[in-house]
Amino acid sequence: MWQLLQIELFKIFRKPRTYISFGAIAAMVIIVQVALKFDGQSYIEFILGSLKETLDIPYATILNGYFVCFIILNLLLIHIPLLIALVAGDEVAGEANMGTLRLLVSKPVSRTELMLAKFFATVVYTAMVLAWMAFLSLVLSIFVFGTNDLIVARSNTLEIIGHNDVMWRYLAAFGYATVALTTVAALAFMLSVFAENSIGPIVSTISIVIVFTILSEMQIPLYDRTVKPYLFTSHMLGWKGFFYLKADAEGVSIPGTIENLPAVLRSMGILLGYIVLFAGSAIVVFKKKDILS
Amino acid sequence: MIKIFRCFLVLTAFTGNGYGQDAAALVQKVKAKLDKVNDYEATGEMKTNVSFMKVPAAQVKVYFKKPGKIKIRNEKGISLVPKGTVSISLNNLLSGQYQALDAGADNINGTPVKVIKLLPQDENGEVVLSKLYIDETRLLILRAKTTTRESGTNELEMQYGKFAAYALPDKIIFSFNTQDYKLPKGVTFDYDDGSQKKKENGTKESQRGKIEIAYTSYIINKGIADEVFK
Amino acid sequence: MKQAVIYIHCLVMNVINVSHLSKQFRDINAVTDLSFSVQEADVYGFLGQNGAGKSTTIRMLLTLISPSEGEIELFGMNLRSHRKEILRQVGAVIERPDLYKYLSAYENLLLFAKMSGMRVRRKQLIDQLEMVGLADRADSKVRTYSQGMKQRLGIAIALIHDPSLVILDEPVNGLDPQGIADMRNLILHLSRHLKKTVLVSSHLLNEMEQIATRMLIIDKGKKIIEGSVNELFDPAKTIVEVGTADTTEAAEIISRSPWASHLKHVQAGHIVFELHKNQLSQLLKDLAIMNIAVTAFTPVNSLEKYFLSLTGTNQHVAAFAN
Repeated sequence: MWQLLQIELFKIFRKPRTYISFGAIAAMVIIVQVALKFDGQSYIEFILGSLKETLDIPYATILNGYFVCFIILNLLLIHIPLLIALVAGDEVAGEANMGTLRLLVSKPVSRTELMLAKFFATVVYTAMVLAWMAFLSLVLSIFVFGTNDLIVARSNTLEIIGHNDVMWRYLAAFGYATVALTTVAALAFMLSVFAENSIGPIVSTISIVIVFTILSEMQIPLYDRTVKPYLFTSHMLGWKGFFYLKADAEGVSIPGTIENLPAVLRSMGILLGYIVLFAGSAIVVFKKKDILS
Repeated sequence: MIKIFRCFLVLTAFTGNGYGQDAAALVQKVKAKLDKVNDYEATGEMKTNVSFMKVPAAQVKVYFKKPGKIKIRNEKGISLVPKGTVSISLNNLLSGQYQALDAGADNINGTPVKVIKLLPQDENGEVVLSKLYIDETRLLILRAKTTTRESGTNELEMQYGKFAAYALPDKIIFSFNTQDYKLPKGVTFDYDDGSQKKKENGTKESQRGKIEIAYTSYIINKGIADEVFK
Repeated sequence: MKQAVIYIHCLVMNVINVSHLSKQFRDINAVTDLSFSVQEADVYGFLGQNGAGKSTTIRMLLTLISPSEGEIELFGMNLRSHRKEILRQVGAVIERPDLYKYLSAYENLLLFAKMSGMRVRRKQLIDQLEMVGLADRADSKVRTYSQGMKQRLGIAIALIHDPSLVILDEPVNGLDPQGIADMRNLILHLSRHLKKTVLVSSHLLNEMEQIATRMLIIDKGKKIIEGSVNELFDPAKTIVEVGTADTTEAAEIISRSPWASHLKHVQAGHIVFELHKNQLSQLLKDLAIMNIAVTAFTPVNSLEKYFLSLTGTNQHVAAFAN
């Protein structure tokens, strides 16, 4: 199994398209950092504009590495699923399209082992994309903008998190984001089994993510009760839960706390459940599939 | 009849003036005590209680320099300080020309206080009206309600201890008005954890904020550069 | 003598044993009730037109497709329950060999060698590439290779783990005459010198005749005929196509006659017999005696016509011939 995993990783990282993801992430992150370096105040005014009249806004200290990282994650974690689907959707369909799938399946390895190796290779790729993103968005932002307290702007709450209380939250958030994006990878991987060309699974995955995200974000009571709790996209934003703090009776936030940790863990559990469902379905279908390519 | 009326007016005037003089005299005494401090650098812990904000307690420095400069600084982090902190400084409240009017008596936490209204003579100044609750015995202002042009009505409550000799409080609680805060969910992409939604901002109570500073030390009259207040 | 032959025959192992194999895709019967066996060291020719069911059968042997019915045994083991052990001894080139175009020949070979469970050294892989004439292009990306080079690389991959059974599905497709000759020589080398069993599917009859020891002809998913090349293409025997006015009635009459055992095939318009050449005139006489109106009497004197007559595609040949 380890040998198969190595082979699959070798194939992934020898494909030119794999590096599109890393390059695209670097470009997007650096563009955002440059923009904020030159005009971060405008963005802060956009976020905190309604408070300008009543509160003194310390723009210089708000615009720090932690804040920049949060903005980047907020913007890019919508787009990263496309880059994940690009590789995950190619795992089986790409092999079928290339004609190599029939060679693989006629080797003395079980189809289950083959699929598990492919899926774990996809998970490793996803983790590496997140690690790259973490390095650029957090480490590079800290290098350029320094550190200070983090302001998190929710729709009707502002959270200020002490700078000593931020880093572990980012580590947890990146871990959570890895699980969230692995869900997307698992979906693309599953769809890849049904196609003989990777375009179909990639486009289908993105379409599903977009439609589900819209349903997750829309405030329609009918969907809130019936559909939203079950959509995996509703839980993909759970990483933000690490940045929502508990407050005491006086409204003072309590460092080191998470407002609703059970909810975050529940969301993560749901995502893990989806991963098992998608990957498991892919394996079950593939085991019975006639390889005609 | 006219004679009686004139006497009544004079008596009233004398009475009023007498009360006004008492009020002004009391305020002058309090001001004299406050004037011992030309500047100070205070260290303290600030707690912020605003309905839409969750802020940790912060170590802050408060700088004051006569006649009216005041600055709250969080050296190591971010604090969103309300505008209108000019009202935090009692020295600022008692600077300039004003008319002091006796507004009766009251009781704050078991301490009898004199209530004095201050009407600033400067019609263009920030402060429109101040109401002071003064402990006559110790010549300390225990509470000040200030109506400002820009920031509405603020309330400042003081607790005194080891710095009372300089009329500098151990703790202040500053209540102020805030605007509502709201961003579209399509911008913030909040994580919905499925819990009950908080009650929407809009009640009178939720538009008031409070900061509480507990002072641990003062460095008094050592001189502070003007750059600090920029 | 006959008993000795039978005894010796039993000692020769069947490397492949297929019993009543069928495969249905929705409402299409791709393979129907196919049974055959391949003996050790055979070069077994699997003949049929495009769409006859050859590739489907081969894919079932390689577990790419699951049969709808029937059993497959390789090396005496059931394929379903001993898949891994069996496939360790099988090397295959399935149709046009598609490889990882973004990898070099060396990398492709290394990858598949590892998947076959081998521990390989660089020298071993280079030697393998040398064998197929690709050593000097070992580090070139496969996307730069010609079709012939890809075919040779496919062979190298199929043989890297020294399998006992080699399955080649349409190995000469897309090759030039030199490539075809090379492939022929390779197959003979595998069989005669390396003692490997080779199953080759093709529609190129002349090539198959030169290399195959046994053959099976398949058409529309069904076995038409199986046997050694000598048995199938006995020069003393011939195929004759007899045209009749009423084929159904004629077939009915012939099936009750002594010529029933020679009846190979009935199609609309003609009946196909297999018999010794010296029996031709007797057949003609007996058909007249049986009051069967004969409209044509055509001995097949070419291998191609023999094949086409068995698979019933005379019409195509006639159209092109004209």
